[in-house]
Amino acid sequence: MMIEALNRIAESMQFAFVRNALIAVAFVSVCAALLGVVLVLKRFSMIGDGLTHVAFGAMCVAGITGITNNLYIVLPVTVAAAIILLKTKESKKIKGDALIAMMSVGALAIGYLLLSVFHKSSNVAGDVCTSLFGAMQLMTLTPVDVWVSVGLSASVILFFVLFYNTIFSVTLDENFARASGTKAGAFNIVLSTVIALVVVAAMKLVGSLLVSALVIFPALSAMRVWRSFKGVSIASSIISLGCALLGFFGSIALNLPVGPSIVVVDIVAFGVFYLIGVIRKGRRVA
Amino acid sequence: MSDPLIRCENLSVGYDGQSVATDIAFRFSVGEYLCVLGENGAGKTTLMKTLLGLTKPISGALEMDPKLKKGGLGYLPQHTHIGNDFPATVLEVVLSGVPISPWYRFFHSRKDKEKALQNLAKIGAEDLKNKCFNELSGGQRQRVLLARALCSAESALLVDEPVSGLDPLATQKMYETLDELHKEGMGIIMITHDVSDALAYATHVLLIDKEPFFGTVSEFKQSGLEAASKDHLGGHDDD
Repeated sequence: MMIEALNRIAESMQFAFVRNALIAVAFVSVCAALLGVVLVLKRFSMIGDGLTHVAFGAMCVAGITGITNNLYIVLPVTVAAAIILLKTKESKKIKGDALIAMMSVGALAIGYLLLSVFHKSSNVAGDVCTSLFGAMQLMTLTPVDVWVSVGLSASVILFFVLFYNTIFSVTLDENFARASGTKAGAFNIVLSTVIALVVVAAMKLVGSLLVSALVIFPALSAMRVWRSFKGVSIASSIISLGCALLGFFGSIALNLPVGPSIVVVDIVAFGVFYLIGVIRKGRRVA
Repeated sequence: MSDPLIRCENLSVGYDGQSVATDIAFRFSVGEYLCVLGENGAGKTTLMKTLLGLTKPISGALEMDPKLKKGGLGYLPQHTHIGNDFPATVLEVVLSGVPISPWYRFFHSRKDKEKALQNLAKIGAEDLKNKCFNELSGGQRQRVLLARALCSAESALLVDEPVSGLDPLATQKMYETLDELHKEGMGIIMITHDVSDALAYATHVLLIDKEPFFGTVSEFKQSGLEAASKDHLGGHDDD
């Protein structure tokens, strides 16, 4: 059985679309993990999750307009939603978490409703399932999807590397960063754009419902064991990349959908790092 | 006497257009140690935010030396919002206080790192550099954050209730460190409600109250406000 699975992987790697998908998965996993460190520490995890629902709604709308590349709708809508959510979190007048909940369920409901009324394809349920949980088969990914994912992810990774120090100081202590002349407001807008980019980049591969898992799990795993910001950022990227590759090949070998496979590997990894953290802590105390 | 670093006349501070404190007037010059006293809710923290440029003044004049802008006024916050799960080493935290310039340089240089280490040494916490920030005691955290503030401070520090929540030993140590920095020429603005401790080190006093006061410590003592302030400020502790 083992050999059979390996054969299947070797066979599938002969196809260009599988190799392309592999590259996209690798890029997306690293950028999601980097973003995750910031989102978890800034207590923005739910914003990321809410945005994935908004992106789903936007994708449904794009689907019924018959636009050739639905990115033209999904990307601006998600970026706008991200900025609105982040701004409300800053002002204390409106309950930020309630707004996130309203936006996410609202987008889900409206998206599905519009899709079922105005559907153009014969398989609405299949389309919805793909949007929510990712491509069932890699064959459905177009080269454009793949290169858009790679491009978006690469720009996000570049952003994190170049603005590492600003990201660290704003995440650590926003007031201090503001007092030292960092434009934290502008930074937060850039950050919300980045969240939206990651959501859109990862959506085609793992599905909108599962994007958050890619963002949150690696960061939390790394934080169990590593104690410095740099350590957590690097470890989180490597853990995420490892899990993504394992999930990717696992899904091919066992003929499973890619998105959920990667997420399951991420969950298992979190369990492992959690245990390592507990054991280490026990040693430090003793 | 050189030009003051900060001069304000008739200043009202507040937020959302509502003033919290009015008629604030004081001058702060190089090498002074100014104590800002006032009851809880009197507007001390709002004044501080205004000085840091986090809030805009409501009305009145506030003139600050340009070198105090953009972190030149080193800031030690009262409460750190740094979560207990935040992964960061002491060196990373202190280094985040070193401004990166010019803007197109993205990373800290070796020199920046040396500056961070020097400031850690200055407050006697060099041995903590590789420790995880969230594993430190309250007193150690305050000292590390003081080192961070020193990294950007050109000539003055703004410290907000630096000893709140600290035990007596750590409190004493914090006051002594601030005193040493002052003696080395650093200007200090300290917000506090602890009148007697404040007067032991300060050179000037600003009282934010219905009857505001600004002057030197000896003027403050002569004015008789000291006893009055002690009555309603001295005893109780902020959370």
